[in-house]
Amino acid sequence: MSSVTHDDVLGHGHDAHHHHPTGLMRWVTTTNHKDIGTMYLWFSFIMFLVGGTMAMTIRSELFEPGLQIVQPEFFNSLTTLHGLIMIFGAIMPAAVGFANWQIPMMIGAPDMAFARMNNWSFWLLPPAAVLLIGSLFVPGGGAAGGWTMYPPLSVQLGMGMDMTIFAVHIMGASSIMGSINIITTILNMRAPGMTLMKMPLFCWAWLITAYLLIAVMPVLAGAVTMLLTDRHFGTSFFNAAGGGDPVLFQHVFWFFGHPEVYILILPAFGIISEVIPTFSRKPLFGYASMVYALAAIAILSFLVWAHHMFTVGMPTAGLLFFMYATMLIAVPTGVKVFNWVATMWRGSITFEAPMLFALGFLFLFTLGGFTGLVLAIVPVDVQLQDTYYVVAHFHYVMVAGSLFAFFSGVYYWIPKWTGTMYDERIAKLHFWSSLIAFNVAFFPMHFLGLAGMPRRIPDYSQQFTDWNMVSSVGAFWFGLSQLIFLYAVLKCIAGNGVKAPAKPWEGGTTLEWTLPSPAPYHTFETPPVVK
Amino acid sequence: MIRNCRGSAPPRFIGRALAALGALPAAALAAPAWNFQTPVTPIAREQFDLHLYIFWICVVIFIGVFGVLFYSLLKHRKSVGHQAAQFHENTTVEVVWTVIPFLILVFMAYPASKTILALKDTSAPDMTIKVTGYQWKWNYDYIEDGFGFYSTLATPFDQIENRAPKDENYLLEVDHPLVVPVDTKVRVLITAGDVIHSWWVPAFGVKQDAIPGFVRDTWFKADKVGTYRGQCAELCGKDHGFMPVVVEVKSKDDYAKWSAEQKKALAAAADDPHKLWDQGALVARGEKVFNANCAACHQASGTGNAAAKIPALVGDAVVLGPAKAQIDIVLNGRNGMPSWKHLPDTDIAAAITYTRNSWGNKAGEGLVQPAAVEAERK
Repeated sequence: MSSVTHDDVLGHGHDAHHHHPTGLMRWVTTTNHKDIGTMYLWFSFIMFLVGGTMAMTIRSELFEPGLQIVQPEFFNSLTTLHGLIMIFGAIMPAAVGFANWQIPMMIGAPDMAFARMNNWSFWLLPPAAVLLIGSLFVPGGGAAGGWTMYPPLSVQLGMGMDMTIFAVHIMGASSIMGSINIITTILNMRAPGMTLMKMPLFCWAWLITAYLLIAVMPVLAGAVTMLLTDRHFGTSFFNAAGGGDPVLFQHVFWFFGHPEVYILILPAFGIISEVIPTFSRKPLFGYASMVYALAAIAILSFLVWAHHMFTVGMPTAGLLFFMYATMLIAVPTGVKVFNWVATMWRGSITFEAPMLFALGFLFLFTLGGFTGLVLAIVPVDVQLQDTYYVVAHFHYVMVAGSLFAFFSGVYYWIPKWTGTMYDERIAKLHFWSSLIAFNVAFFPMHFLGLAGMPRRIPDYSQQFTDWNMVSSVGAFWFGLSQLIFLYAVLKCIAGNGVKAPAKPWEGGTTLEWTLPSPAPYHTFETPPVVK
Repeated sequence: MIRNCRGSAPPRFIGRALAALGALPAAALAAPAWNFQTPVTPIAREQFDLHLYIFWICVVIFIGVFGVLFYSLLKHRKSVGHQAAQFHENTTVEVVWTVIPFLILVFMAYPASKTILALKDTSAPDMTIKVTGYQWKWNYDYIEDGFGFYSTLATPFDQIENRAPKDENYLLEVDHPLVVPVDTKVRVLITAGDVIHSWWVPAFGVKQDAIPGFVRDTWFKADKVGTYRGQCAELCGKDHGFMPVVVEVKSKDDYAKWSAEQKKALAAAADDPHKLWDQGALVARGEKVFNANCAACHQASGTGNAAAKIPALVGDAVVLGPAKAQIDIVLNGRNGMPSWKHLPDTDIAAAITYTRNSWGNKAGEGLVQPAAVEAERK
């Protein structure tokens, strides 16, 4: 059955191969998973620089008390768009980029299942980005209600908010198509002999992520559509004067929003689960429990949304339920951390850049996990809700978590993608510079939050000055460090470096290392057999 | 550490950035901000202790797990010639490290649940204050005492724009702070007039979102006299960063004095029921009162609504007859008509005078003074 499918895909692949366009049209019309993966990753990096520039503008304003650089309205647009761009423009597309490049190569498939839809899911993203960034330049300015877009504030805003709503719709459609593609590819196109429980953990992580995406992106679409009709068509979903409830939006939004944060982190877990065994030269410890932990985290993610809203005034029973459910997430997450540590235990460890970023991930993500546990404790959260402590927490899990894992993944696979080894010295400089700068930027935010500095304010009282200065210096340092990464990647693409062998890593065991480096345009036209 | 921040040209900005980097350890030592603010309510104290309890458990686990990791990174390196073992599962170990974290969580959840029950218990308050959030100020209503006021940022714009040195409580000072007595359980009813705000006083351990159209409640019982400062904690638009919360906790005697002054000021601002009005002024005021309160049934034209058995006031015997009877009906109600005695004497007198001189009515007793209403109340 599956071999018939492969033959079909094989035939089409050859067809396209003979007369596919060159130059710009190659990228516009491509249906090749590697081309599309590359476009996703570059799109994500550009958005990362745009969002990062916004972050540095925010940190400049917060360097000292008083208003110096931007006005409060624009400041609010910056925090809003920084969040939306980093989540929907940088982290999610980066994860899809990894999926496009790696999933077919890791399961021994010739391409993604729906090659044309793959092209369409990518090309939806640039218009969404134009809407988001363009909203800053329309009358009334960009969306300024935070990335969470809570009404009634978001109902007050100008047309920048409508552009944001449409951008969210477009990116949601893109994510849903990407997820359908990934699920179909994984379930139908694995090489003969590769059972689900033999599949690389990266593919498992993405399979579960894709189901989460399909489950929650429509919920977000529903929330922002209700917002749109409240804004323009006289409905009152979120307006108490018309029989609605502003808090309803928060419930619907976070029912999407909490699974969303796992959508952002599970692919990162997948990458780390590939990198750590490779550089420990030892199989992943507890493969089955890793899969079950991923599934448990995904299921629990649907039961904890209201922990983002502990101060809205919930009934006591609600507070207790959501606190207990949230704390429970620590159990499968703990299992994952213990398994990674056990994988390294009695291994034969080396410290190339992918491993360094994986270790940085492990250390700092766990720290972010602990602050998450602190925030789950309702009475403590009452103090910390909407403070810089929360900002510190989610940057530890999103930047030192997802982003570090993606850096790890890029250094790990770039020899396969470009055929050139990255420069280890430059990559290590990138790692240490990012690691230290990250902590200088974000660790002080814990203190600011504990001491009582609210988030999303353009100006603050003088007791918070010292830590804000330190944090701003760290943020600029971190931002500039990413130029080192750009240099390291461009150097590989230019072919300036040692030529990569088919299997550059001694401990690599997955199927992509059986292919030559760089990986040919079409791979696994004949499926490999996995024993 | 108070800094005077004037406009900063770019080179100076970079200079300051470098100075800040150089001063890292110094800043760490001098900074007062490491932990929660000093708590002054029982709930805030429980939160303070609970946070440290959870924090230290996390520190111990962190050191344990990463102690093992660092031992492994040190001893199990390829560069020291360590050969990789090939084990990849151990059911016993995996069950143990699933069950133990679960048990630790139970020990965290128990004290946290107790505090949740305490902080949600708003029963039996000694006094109640209604807090309303607006873009961008707070309104405080002392429900039992009947007075209230707005509380807005007092920091001058010159300081925000760096044209004047910033004073000690920059951005955390208001024109009229909320004033409460010490050792008193204050129930706070919270709502908002436009968008969502959040009323937060860190030293009290109180943070409650203010949701337009809904009333939520919380409580605090401060046990130390002083001034406590917080801020709006939910993004509410342009000036979200500029709507502080300031609460002054006074001794019970001082509070009683302050409260008496407020009531006196309220009374002074109210109408004197013994003032003698001339007819024109009273009719003009009465029209407003009538339209706001009476016109819903009796109609602005005074024609009533026969279908709903609401009598017309035009040519009505009571309206044209002795004032005493009409005052009695307005104060106490009759048949379907409710009592209006919650309105001030002057308003009732004005509304009655208006009905006696409008729509062609020309009552013999055309002018009803507030004193007459006051007399009827007794």
